[in-house]
Formats: sequence, structure tokens, C-alpha cells
Amino acid sequence: MNPRITFAVATRVLTQIRRDHRTAAMLLVLPCLLITLLWWMFKDTGGGVVFDRLGPGLLALFPFTIMFLVTSVTTLRERSSGTLERLLAMPMGKLDFLLGYAIAFGVVAAVQSALAVLLAVGVLDLDVQGPVWLLTVVAIADAVLGSALGLFVSAFATTEFQAVQFMPAFVIPQILLCGLFVARDQLPTVLEKVSDVLPLSYATDAMQTLTRTTSTGDVWQNVGVVAAFALAALALGAATLRRRTP
Amino acid sequence: MMKNAVEVRDLVVRRGGREVLKGIGFTIAEGSVMGLLGPSGCGKSTLMRSLVGVQQLASGSVEVFGEEAGSKALRHRIGYVTQEVSVYDDLSVTENLKFFAQVLGVDGARIEEAIAAVDLVSHKDAVVGHLSGGQRSRASLAVALLGDPDLLVLDEPTVGLDPVLRRDLWKLFHEIAERGAAVFVSSHVMDEADRCDRLLLMREGVIIADDTPERIREKTRTDDIESAFLALVEGTGDQAGEMA
Repeated sequence: MNPRITFAVATRVLTQIRRDHRTAAMLLVLPCLLITLLWWMFKDTGGGVVFDRLGPGLLALFPFTIMFLVTSVTTLRERSSGTLERLLAMPMGKLDFLLGYAIAFGVVAAVQSALAVLLAVGVLDLDVQGPVWLLTVVAIADAVLGSALGLFVSAFATTEFQAVQFMPAFVIPQILLCGLFVARDQLPTVLEKVSDVLPLSYATDAMQTLTRTTSTGDVWQNVGVVAAFALAALALGAATLRRRTP
Repeated sequence: MMKNAVEVRDLVVRRGGREVLKGIGFTIAEGSVMGLLGPSGCGKSTLMRSLVGVQQLASGSVEVFGEEAGSKALRHRIGYVTQEVSVYDDLSVTENLKFFAQVLGVDGARIEEAIAAVDLVSHKDAVVGHLSGGQRSRASLAVALLGDPDLLVLDEPTVGLDPVLRRDLWKLFHEIAERGAAVFVSSHVMDEADRCDRLLLMREGVIIADDTPERIREKTRTDDIESAFLALVEGTGDQAGEMA
């Protein structure tokens, strides 16, 4: 590991995103539009109660899902263009590569979630008991988790079609079981156990706790679990990233 | 006597159940330009990947500067251009070089030099994706020149380039070799053969000749490498054995 190289990868990825105006705009605007859509859906029913219940979950979902997709496709592009092979022939540690990506997408997620949180709390009156800035922290942890999982699964994809298919395989089950649709303790026992080992459950728990109480201990604990999952995925990603390929 | 930069012994590589390199061996001397010629699909790229240390080997050995290919100490000393244009299409030429210079830990001044060496000064701020095929492959070559490598491995770096530029690049390869580095260049264009100090002719995963261009022509009693290649392929196994 070398901080200089990790930093080089992170700034390079950010420059690439900045270059691609359409991607940059979509990364920042899309979550805001979707959260507005959710608010609008429940505007005439339930008097904001449903929005208060689902909104935080959605704030956890965006960074996770988007970063998962973006990362798995970009790393695959990096594999097929030959740049990854070239980098691995250079003095680049595998963790430098993975952490560089995680940091870059963490930064994007920070801006993305800051905007979405500001809009949700400031304009759409999302009711949050805990500190608002902590919502953004949870969102960043989710984004890093999404990137880390995306980096990991991209090792198993040989085409971009396959990479995109990993999203319904890895992400949608987590969305269904994370407690947003059915509270996790009301799920059938087997599914509840499954949801206990899925990282997105903890991200959603963190967001929901924040809206309900002012105490932050549980939130930090959940963020810790999410971060541990992200680190584990990065380690697995490093293990599956081979310098020598067949 | 010249020291060897590269020593390959009994190298066998299998890809997808097929033997791509069938037990080949050769050496590359420091300070020389070694050409690797053969039709596409004969195993040139696989051989180059083996030298750089990103190819899984089935058996045999590849040593570079006395160490196993791909070992950590070598990563600073090798410049590698893959057959694909391995630079980032959405960054400018300078941005690409800046990134790779940071990875290699080389001085920023090298960036300008590398851009000048491949004659891209007038396009240095252009986004690589907007450049022509030849310009993009030159940007990729510039990256390989950044770290002042002791071994330069170039997979078809002159494909589709203007003849004038091609001549200039070969001149550059020889200048690099004169400074003591070993340069290993592949091509499927036989008329580039005479620009090399020494040649490997390859076909179907086997080296059919390993000698200077002059001696290959002499031995096969031909006037050009294309005819020599045909003579070697159509001739008896003895002749090929004698050459190698």
C-alpha cells in the first residue's frame, strides 16, 4: 500500500467523472428527483407519516445501489481496456487500486447525499430526531459499501452485461429484506436470519434509528457494521484481483 | 559480453485448454532491439504478457534481470504497452501521463519529455477518446516511456502509424537501447524486421527462427523476411531446428 498511489487513483477517477458531465449531473440530481417523487406520492395520503418512514431508507438505498452499479461497470471497463493490466504490471498495490476507487466514490457519495439530505430535511420536511449530518455519514458508509461490493463482484463478470445483472442478484434481495417493506422482526424466521447477515439491513436500521430517536449510539454501531462489511468486501476484492491471469 | 536482460526457458502457456506457447526459449541482450514477428494469433501477446508477469504460466521459467518475471522489484523497471490502447479515453493526454507518473513515482518533468518523444505536443491537452487511432496508441506508448524503463515491452506499437512517424519511433527505440535498455517489439508486419537488431520469428506458439535479420535471410537464401518466413514454414523441421 502506498498513499501516493491510492490518492492518484482516487483523483483520476474523480477527474473522469467530472469530465463526463452527463454522469456527474445524474449522480447528483437523480437522488434528489427520486426523493422528491417519493414525497409527492404520499403528499395527499398519510400526512407525511409514510414519507418519514420510507424517506430515510431511500436515502440509504441511493448511494448503495448507484455506487454498486457505477463501480462494477467502471472496473470492468478498466479490465477490458487493458489499463488494469498495465497498472498491475506497475508498482501498484491491489489495495491501492481498490481503496482509490472506494475513496473517489465515497467523495461523490458525500456530495450526492448532502444534496439529497438537504432537500429531504430542508425542503420536503423529512422529520429527523437525530443529528442531520449523521444521515450523510451513514450515506457515505453505504456508498463505500456499494463501491466495495461492486469492486468485488466485478471480478466475476467478464462482460458489462453480466456486471449489470449482478445488481438484481446482489442488490434487490437486500432492498427487499432490509426492513423497508416489512419490519425485519416480522419476517419469517429464515428470512430474518438472512437479513441479519445482509449489510444493507444495518444501513437501513441506522437511518431509521436516526429519524426516531436523538441517541446516536445505535446509529454508530450500525455504521460500524456497514464499514466492517465494506472492509471485508475490499479485502475479498483484493484477493480476487489477480496480477497473473490465464 | 552483453548481459541478458531476459532469459526464457521451456515456456509453456495454456489458455482455454489450448497450448498457446509450446515450450519456447530465448534470451534478449541488454542494449538491443529484439523484434518478435509472426501472424496474429501465433502467441506474440501471450509471450509479452509472460515477460511482464501478468500471464499464468503452465511450465518453464521467465527471468528478467535475474529475477522471476512479475516480481515486485521489476515493476519499476519495465515499460509495457499492451495491444489495446491502455490509456483512459475520457482523460487528456497530459492527465493520463500525470496519473501514471504518480503511480510510478516519477518526476513531473518526465511527462513533457514522454509527450515530446511520441510527437504529441500539439495534442497534449486533447481528450484521448477524440484522437485518431495512431495518436491514441502513441499516448499509450508515452506512458511506457515515463519511468525510463530498463526493459521496454511493446505489443504492436506501430500499427496504423504514418511511415514517417514509424521511422521516428524505431529511431527512438534504438536510442533507448543505446542507453542500455532492452527493447522487445512485436509486429505482424514483416517489413519492420530489418529495423531490429535481432529477430524472433514465431508461428503457432513455436519460435521458428532466432537470429539477426541478415543471417535469417542468408540461411534461407531469401531477400526478405516474408520469404524467409515462408521458407522456414514450408521447409523441413531440420532447417527450423538449425536456425533456433
